[in-house]
Amino acid sequence: MSGAILVVTEHLAGSFTDATFELLALGRELATDTGTELEAAVVGSDVSDMAGSLGAPDRVLVIDDPALESFNPVGHADAVSALVADREPSIVLVPYTSTGMDMASHIAIRSDLPLVSYCQSIDPADGLSATCQLYAGKVEADVTIDGDRAVFAVLAGAASAANGRGDGSPDIEQIANPAGSGGGTVFTELAEPEAGDVDITSEEVLVVVGRGIESEDNIAEAVELAEALGGVVAASRPIVDQGWLPKTRQVGKSGLTVAPKVYLALGVSGAPEHVEGMREASTIIAVNTDPQAPIFGVAHYGWVGDLFDLLPELTDRLE
Amino acid sequence: MDIGVLLRAVPDPVEELELNDDETDLDRDYLGYVLNEFDEHALEEALLLKEDTDGSVTAYALGTADEVEQMLFTAIAKGADKAVKVGDGLGALDAHAQADLFVGALGEHDLILCGVQASDEIDGQVAMLVSAKLGHPHVSVVVGTSPGADTLTITKEYWAGITASYEVSLPAVLGIQAARQAPRYVAVSRIRQAQESGALTETDADPPSSSSGITITAVRIPETGAGAEMIDGDEEAAADRIIELLAAAGVGGAA
Amino acid sequence: MTRGVNPKVDPGRVLEIEHVEIDGMDISGHWNRMYEQRVIFDYDIHQLDRVTELDGGESMGWCYQCAQCIAVCPVDHVGSYGPRKIFRNLQLGQDLFTDDDLWLCTTCANCLRVCPKEVDMLQIMPAVRKEAVLAGAVPAELQDVFEKTARYGNPLGKNAKRRAAWTKGLDVEVPLISEVGRKVDVLWWVSDYPSYHPRGIDASRALARVLTHLGVDFAILGADERHDGDSMLRAGETGLFEMLAEQNIETLNGYEFDVLLTTDPHAYNAFLHEYPQRGGTYNAVHYTQFLEERIEALGLTEQIDRTITFHDPCYLGRHNGEYDAPRNLIDALPGSEFVEMWRNKENGYCCGGGGGGMWLDGLAADNQNMRLSEKRVLEAVETGADTLCVVCPYEVSRFEDAVKSTNNDGNLEVLDIAELLATALGLPTD
Repeated sequence: MSGAILVVTEHLAGSFTDATFELLALGRELATDTGTELEAAVVGSDVSDMAGSLGAPDRVLVIDDPALESFNPVGHADAVSALVADREPSIVLVPYTSTGMDMASHIAIRSDLPLVSYCQSIDPADGLSATCQLYAGKVEADVTIDGDRAVFAVLAGAASAANGRGDGSPDIEQIANPAGSGGGTVFTELAEPEAGDVDITSEEVLVVVGRGIESEDNIAEAVELAEALGGVVAASRPIVDQGWLPKTRQVGKSGLTVAPKVYLALGVSGAPEHVEGMREASTIIAVNTDPQAPIFGVAHYGWVGDLFDLLPELTDRLE
Repeated sequence: MDIGVLLRAVPDPVEELELNDDETDLDRDYLGYVLNEFDEHALEEALLLKEDTDGSVTAYALGTADEVEQMLFTAIAKGADKAVKVGDGLGALDAHAQADLFVGALGEHDLILCGVQASDEIDGQVAMLVSAKLGHPHVSVVVGTSPGADTLTITKEYWAGITASYEVSLPAVLGIQAARQAPRYVAVSRIRQAQESGALTETDADPPSSSSGITITAVRIPETGAGAEMIDGDEEAAADRIIELLAAAGVGGAA
Repeated sequence: MTRGVNPKVDPGRVLEIEHVEIDGMDISGHWNRMYEQRVIFDYDIHQLDRVTELDGGESMGWCYQCAQCIAVCPVDHVGSYGPRKIFRNLQLGQDLFTDDDLWLCTTCANCLRVCPKEVDMLQIMPAVRKEAVLAGAVPAELQDVFEKTARYGNPLGKNAKRRAAWTKGLDVEVPLISEVGRKVDVLWWVSDYPSYHPRGIDASRALARVLTHLGVDFAILGADERHDGDSMLRAGETGLFEMLAEQNIETLNGYEFDVLLTTDPHAYNAFLHEYPQRGGTYNAVHYTQFLEERIEALGLTEQIDRTITFHDPCYLGRHNGEYDAPRNLIDALPGSEFVEMWRNKENGYCCGGGGGGMWLDGLAADNQNMRLSEKRVLEAVETGADTLCVVCPYEVSRFEDAVKSTNNDGNLEVLDIAELLATALGLPTD
């Protein structure tokens, strides 16, 4: 393999995200397997010190541009696309996150590279191939890639973030922004979520409701159970999108990452976007009517059945 | 504001999925399709912007499934001014082909909205592929919009409820995660009226110009519960076991 | 001691003489106070007009507030409701089109039975609901059911292709009419809950065994059957009803059969009164009527040691006048004793499931002090019966839930007449 492995990093408020370290861990494995170098691209303003803190890559490519201090969907995509077009890495790893989604397609189109999305593993031996999750995690697909270069939008959990921290001291290469500075899109402000009545990330017991709860009124039953357990109710994205519970109760990719002692999932299907926010929970118990539900893939214990039959039984036993 | 919204038919998530004989795709013979839920939000946001700006909405969908016409009639019934069905009997398409067909069919619009993702986009997100092909400004994972004079203020969600605001110049392409409000209900009689309205036009599909460069060689349904201990029995047995597990974890006052 | 004038009254309108004494009694000041005459304002009745202007809404204006309806309105017994109150609230400016009150009526028809002015809530409520549905102002839980029914052809949102899955593993054959390839005597319209709900399935399997025992030449539609649409019509989703009716009529007109046997009184009602206007005329019979005609042929032998009470479904009883068929079947159960609840037949209480109420449990909970099904279960328990016999598939789950929520688990069993008959015939159970 000729070109390097390039990880497109993600950072907010001076810190790299976990997704970045997971990609660095994955990138390091691929670099070792293929005998190439691992590079990381860091785009931002005044980010050299932060770039130097990365221990896993052999080299960090820094594009320092005051206009790109905050993430800019157009500016960042253009800058990284130009970098990739110029340096021709063999494999580009982009996190399948809010920022990665703005960049991956543009990098691929600009350099006319295949793009592999929902990617959970990559195999560089014997031609480039990968495994992906489709249909909200219900199906796994093996794909082969034309040629020996590609962009991968990688799901959370593809590698361990701990393995991506490393303790090396990479070369830092400063690169003038090869593109514009996000023309047409201007960052104006960042907003933290309003503090909720509870912090689900610090609770030991979460009773988590998904689509299977069916209606807003049924949530009361889950609340009753959560209270009996000394915990609180959380939810998957569809429930929050419906406005049935506040955003502060949402677990998953666009919500919060939690790791409680007990995670009781009621009618949660377990799409990858949900699973990435809860797979570190100590004991995961899942209840779903669909025996194919992907939540059973991450759960420690599962029961196939109707949550509305189970809820009163549980509440009775706890009274 | 003149808005184009891109709608995709995806396999109904409630369906039990089955694989075809050579295990390279779903068995699509009896598969039911629904409007991609993120596209439903994109349509809702488009309709809200239409109301904000006294604008117009054109809905586009590719003729990949029988259900597509019904989705477009529903869009008209909800308030889209025009609907365009691109091609017919196209069957399942990858995201690159979908993006090419949409770009070929799109008229002039100030803004193009599409769901941020769909469950079958193995070769990239259609919304951002379209933006890359058109060269328009783009923002993905959008959870709200508010129109200005020549720009749009949009809210993008990062993660954990953290959001960022951007001013985006038009024309632009947005990948919608969630509309400002839950998608509206439309009465079936309105959909039936829409079928008579003549607002649906059909166009031929240009052959896709680019290939995704990836090939699916095998698909499988992951063995669920592979690592999980599955509890047998009825709800009483399940409740008993779960109480034991809770006690073992030291919660529920049962320990 | 003088008393101040109500500050809301214009002082110029207060008539008061400072010093007056009549027959030695001092009635000075406020003791003789009077007010000038004033015009009593007309009500602003534009909200009432909005209702009476609708096709079907006219009779709302005929109410003269005798309140006979309130005494029999099942919703008023668990809250405050009824046609008279709705009329009064409209006079006072309530916007019925967006008020919860719009969705509480179960279209049970008891008010119409007693109304001297024939104020017809069976027309009024669907007419106003239709406008609310067109405006998108539908309670979320009901909207969800509309969407599921439009998409899957059943309000449970179950896979349409699995509609006949309940016949799997059954010890008798339940043929699909599409596979029979000839005219059948009886086409059984199974309906949604009997096809998908676990307790509905129990009753369906029992009825299949009973029909087979009778040697009836019957078949079902399976995946080609869709929701009958009657309750959608009452809930105001007229377009959804029209769509379902068109599809069902097209399906039914493709087959030959003598009798259309219905499990669900709502479907029975639709086939009698709604489908004929749309080109679907069938010899629709409720299964209790079909079986009553064959009591002798059934040859019930096994003792049923139960005290049984019976709940009249609104759409079998008040709407279509059938009170005797189910009672005659219960009477024929060997060894059983039959007791009536105090509200029965024409005055039977409603289970709460009609008119869309089946899917408005949350809204009902917000507006009522108990569910109608709970009220009815308490009445059933009061009779001393150990069994509540039902003949409408909406009721089994509603009443079983109510038995639990009123702490009557073990006191009252809810059974479909088909289950009781199958037991009395000594047929296998699941």
